Amino acid sequence: MSRNDSKYFSTTKKGEIPELKEELNSQHGMRISLLYFHVLQDKRKDAVKKVIAAMTVGKDVSSLFTDVVNCMQTENLELKKLVYLYLINYAKSQPDLAILAVNTFVKDSQDPNPLIRALAVRTMGCIRVDKITEYLCDPLQRCLKDDDPYVRKTAAICVAKLYDINAELVEDRGFLDSLKDLISDNNPMVVANAVAALAEIQESSSRPIFEITSNILAKLLTALNECTEWGQVFILDALSRYKAADAREAENIVERVTPRLQHANCAVVLSAVKMILQQMELIISTDVVRNLCKKMAPPLVTLLSAEPEIQYVALRNINLIVQRRPTILAHEIKVFFCKYNDPIYVKMEKLEIMIKLASDRNIDQASFTFFQIAALSFAYPFNIVEHFFVLLEFKEYATEVDVEFVRKAVRAIGRCAIKLERAAERCISVLLELIKIKVNYVVQEAIIVIKDIFRRYPNTYESIIATLCESLDTLDEPEAKASMIWIIGEYAERIDNADELLESFLESFPEEPAQVQLQLLTATVKLFLKKPTEGPQQMIQVVLNNATVETDNPDLRDRAYIYWRLLSTDPEAAKDVVLAEKPVITDDSNQLDPSLLDELLVNIATVSSVYHKPPDAFVTRTLSSAQKTEDDDYPEGSEIGYSESPANPANGFTSPPSASFTARASVAPASPPPTPPVPDLLGDLMGTDNGSIVPVDQPATPTGPPLPIVLLASTGQGLQISAQLTRQDGQIFYSMLFENNTQVPLDGFMIQFNKNTFGLAAAGTLQVPQVQPGTSVRTLLPMVMFQNMSQGPPSSVLQVAVKNSQQPVWYFNDKISFHVFFTEDGRMERPTFLETWRSLPDSNEVSRDFPGIVIGSVDATLDRLAAANVFFIAKRKNANQDVFYLSAKIPRGIPLLIELTTVVGSPGVKCAIKTPSSELSPFFFEAIETLLRS
Amino acid sequence: MPVAASAIYFLNLRGDVLINRLYRDDVGGNMVDAFRTHIMQTKELGTCPVRQIGGCSFFYMRINNVYIVIVVSSNANVACAFKFVVEAVSLFKSYFGGAFDEDAIRNNFVLIYELLDEIMDFGYPQNLSPEILKLYITQEGVRSPFSSKPSERPVPNATLQVTGAVGWRREGLVYKKNEVFLDIVESVNLLMSSKGVVLRCDVTGKILMKCFLSGMPDLKLGLNDKIGLEKESQLKSRPTKSGKTIELDDVTFHQCVNLTRFNSEKTVSFVPPDGEFELMKYRITEGVNLPFKVLPTIKELGRTRMEVNVKVKSVFGAKMFALGVVVKIPVPKQTAKTSFTVTSGRAKYNAAIDCLVWKIRKFPGQTEPTLSAEVELISTMTDKKSWTRPPIQMEFQVPMFTASGLRVRFLKVWEKSGYNTVEWVRYITKAGSYEIRC
Repeated sequence: MSRNDSKYFSTTKKGEIPELKEELNSQHGMRISLLYFHVLQDKRKDAVKKVIAAMTVGKDVSSLFTDVVNCMQTENLELKKLVYLYLINYAKSQPDLAILAVNTFVKDSQDPNPLIRALAVRTMGCIRVDKITEYLCDPLQRCLKDDDPYVRKTAAICVAKLYDINAELVEDRGFLDSLKDLISDNNPMVVANAVAALAEIQESSSRPIFEITSNILAKLLTALNECTEWGQVFILDALSRYKAADAREAENIVERVTPRLQHANCAVVLSAVKMILQQMELIISTDVVRNLCKKMAPPLVTLLSAEPEIQYVALRNINLIVQRRPTILAHEIKVFFCKYNDPIYVKMEKLEIMIKLASDRNIDQASFTFFQIAALSFAYPFNIVEHFFVLLEFKEYATEVDVEFVRKAVRAIGRCAIKLERAAERCISVLLELIKIKVNYVVQEAIIVIKDIFRRYPNTYESIIATLCESLDTLDEPEAKASMIWIIGEYAERIDNADELLESFLESFPEEPAQVQLQLLTATVKLFLKKPTEGPQQMIQVVLNNATVETDNPDLRDRAYIYWRLLSTDPEAAKDVVLAEKPVITDDSNQLDPSLLDELLVNIATVSSVYHKPPDAFVTRTLSSAQKTEDDDYPEGSEIGYSESPANPANGFTSPPSASFTARASVAPASPPPTPPVPDLLGDLMGTDNGSIVPVDQPATPTGPPLPIVLLASTGQGLQISAQLTRQDGQIFYSMLFENNTQVPLDGFMIQFNKNTFGLAAAGTLQVPQVQPGTSVRTLLPMVMFQNMSQGPPSSVLQVAVKNSQQPVWYFNDKISFHVFFTEDGRMERPTFLETWRSLPDSNEVSRDFPGIVIGSVDATLDRLAAANVFFIAKRKNANQDVFYLSAKIPRGIPLLIELTTVVGSPGVKCAIKTPSSELSPFFFEAIETLLRS
Repeated sequence: MPVAASAIYFLNLRGDVLINRLYRDDVGGNMVDAFRTHIMQTKELGTCPVRQIGGCSFFYMRINNVYIVIVVSSNANVACAFKFVVEAVSLFKSYFGGAFDEDAIRNNFVLIYELLDEIMDFGYPQNLSPEILKLYITQEGVRSPFSSKPSERPVPNATLQVTGAVGWRREGLVYKKNEVFLDIVESVNLLMSSKGVVLRCDVTGKILMKCFLSGMPDLKLGLNDKIGLEKESQLKSRPTKSGKTIELDDVTFHQCVNLTRFNSEKTVSFVPPDGEFELMKYRITEGVNLPFKVLPTIKELGRTRMEVNVKVKSVFGAKMFALGVVVKIPVPKQTAKTSFTVTSGRAKYNAAIDCLVWKIRKFPGQTEPTLSAEVELISTMTDKKSWTRPPIQMEFQVPMFTASGLRVRFLKVWEKSGYNTVEWVRYITKAGSYEIRC
């Protein structure tokens, strides 16, 4: 059935263009018989085909413009289409001649055949010549009201084309209103195209053109059932911008959209997922949310059986989805196991998701108890527990062929070790097995990740250093070398021949890359400080000399000078700086910043979701007037922080001195950039005047210290809410500040708290008077506990909904600052303390280090703690350390016993606690850390 | 934005443009050069199908010897773009009669231009259903292979059908004999560890339909899936009949299936397109009947010899048989000589893919043929650690067997003229990615 058009490509003689010209023109103006007419038309068609063929291979045939346009007036649809195609390509280069075509276009747009009418409108829209655009308006107006839906759906898109060329013209001629009318068209495909056009126009305009009201929403949801698969994508994408008024509406929308998850078209599925995720943010009922998560999992998994390119897009999106809703695919880790023949880009993404989904439950057999295994094999009848052994899977990948993939697999093992404390030991033993295979790049990669594991679990796995040292000679990559040198320096006192090992590197010092040189320098200094004997002393001379006189790398030189000066003036201070305890790293597993994640989730299925960058980072577009303000919500350059390397390279090993300098800053949980000055939690808690700590440029508030913003004005359509839990006179309050930046007064405020771990709920109604535009109001809302407890693992998230009479419901998350729960009756007598301590099993005792905290004055600290209802009981001395015992109590009389060990005046506090509710210990630690820090 | 493309290019393996179409003005006409120099001529090719170069993003796919490249400069819908390419290629195939490659494009470039103009407007995909497009884009006698009537006659209401609610079927079809063919095709995907433990196993099935039905029939399909059966017994307040029921993990449907109705009533009801189409796809992970078990033992004897023993066990009914069974057993690159004994079929060493290929044309159920081979290796200086032991792969087809146990319970056809239909059902199970690590 296949034809042979290739003959049209074959003419390559000289003078091709004149020849074509002749063929196109030969019989014009001749009087011919009807019989001959068809022969002629075929001949002309052949000539135009040759022109198009020449155009396709990139020859310039624009000089034939007039001749081709002369063929335009024909009854033959095929010939007409070819001429139109030619016009689209060359009209721009011949704008004056293009006007010749206008008459035919206008005539065609009134042809009785709807196919020709549509063709004319479609083609005219593609010709971006101003003169033609003017003539386009009348036909377009007619076609938007055409009887035939095929013409209307083409005209709808044409409005978007015209808007792109001349936005003013579209607005002046009222095409936008006609387009909006088409939303109510009885033909679903017309509706879909009109929605697509309106959404696009909205995107390039700052004015509200296409606002989705509940009426439009209802229409579009109905059209969804009837239109083509692509139309469904247009509608779902447009609707994903819609913000439901409340949880009820959100649930209704979701119910209408979920059937789309069963569509065979992956684009429909992803757009439906996007929309459901958006609406889920508003749904409060945990049952509904859980149910939705359950419904979304299978369609997402099914996407992985599509073409590899589609799989890739799906995987990049799943990566985002599991960051927001980790439960969705928590049990599906096995579907991400790589197939041997998967393309490399699919394998890499699968691996990334496997790391994200890895948990104590699936990482390794060793973490199962007998009963868990029994339970699992019951739940998964046809195969036993080995389903879950992600670690073995990683190990398998580490022996494959593709070097990049193998490296990533090794890295994955390391990252799991850092993420899952209980699996760390097994991970290390797998890494050691891999090192024994002696494949060069595997060994190097393994050493790099082991360095990170040492950072995460200091003083735990040093016994393996000897094995690592065996591979010393094979290291040739800078990062691996630097890692090994860091390990040697860090544990110099435990490696007998550390000086020999380092010395072997020193010979080639000048040739090493900067990364290795820096590490060698630091490691040698560490060695010297730990073993100040003759050998290291000579080494340090050589290194310092090399790093100052012989180098032109400023970083290296500066660091060397600092060490030199430190060592020569005060070796003890040098010890404090160089050997300081480093902050413990965590596994970021390439987690994205929450605000960026929000933005990316709105963009599921688009380029943005594949790059993991906000659209503005790669799309340059100009809005027709003022810039949209909403686009500025995330900080500029926010993508910088998401490098691929694991374990926090910013304060990683490459610069230990600077790490210890900045230790305090880096341990503090990173607060998102746009938040206001960090509030002084304790000051607020005590209700004392702490004006001296509050920054001068704090926003003017009526009274009291600043509260953290929980709802930004840009999200709240001008309403900004700041709030925080506080404790005053034995009662918990929710201290709130409403700032009205809108144009209208806001009143009728109401508040609702979602179920939470501590069952916090409002004890009374929210008393907020009318807030005038430009003013703010502050209030204290009394709270009670144990009202609406949520099930599941303890969490410090407090989900709040606030409503007023003028705006939709706003939802935001606040973090519960745990120390507000410490009650005033928390003081214990010494015997009671001892007795309670003894009565609790040892397993309830947990401890944590706060390396960045310094207790300067004991009295001030104890006073501060007492003010927060953490009471001092006793103190004892242990060598040069002070040990403090304190007690506190949380409601329902649950006691908390605290032991703090520190050297007064120097950084690092060890905190051990014992409590009957050990599941709450992370919160206790957090609270104590906050109190100590302030 | 649901825009899928600003421009689409079809290139051959050398990077020559075979055909292209610019849909929007926001990308330059020479963008394809950037693709050539930054992706095609570098090692990047094949490392990632979505790439950013300058201000533009490129999505590309290779099909046979053709690269299809989509260029956008906005935050386009990638999923939509790739799906569009996949659908467009199957549309072209249906027009060309099967093949899609460089020659097919050159031979049909006028037709492709015409189709590209029709299936996408300003970057928004439009109707891509071959059945409907063939109503009015008819190039030199391309006719619907399924319809009994020639379609040269221009169809007056073509435009209504393109945009209609049943945008995949045309009206007024007449067949003398009304027939429906149902093919249930299942692919078993397996990943088994060397110790015989199933690491991952699932079945992806599809139901292919061929309809030769007159008029606008309404069809309803019943399967032995758990949810459907439960819903049915609920509606009829009758207890479910005993027998095997299947739990479907996920189902996706052709656009002709009424999804809202499926969601509420759990019935698969639809007005089918004319001719051949894929009605639904499903996935099953629980209770899969694996048709074959493979038990390999590969021993490396010193540096130059290997002993390979593979036993393949068929675990389906003794009266059934599998066809075209191929077992590919990987061996190291430096294989010099091989010798075999097989109890069934034939085996040989294929140096091009570094595998021992064992073929058994007809493989009865409940049998377990074995292959034992001795492999001699050239001793090389480079250590043989570099052999990574790729998995054993298997290909097969088992007719009248479904790994999932899925069965068609009924297929009802209603048409207002009330004709009788003949229904034909076939089952077949194939190997998907059937891998056994060794």
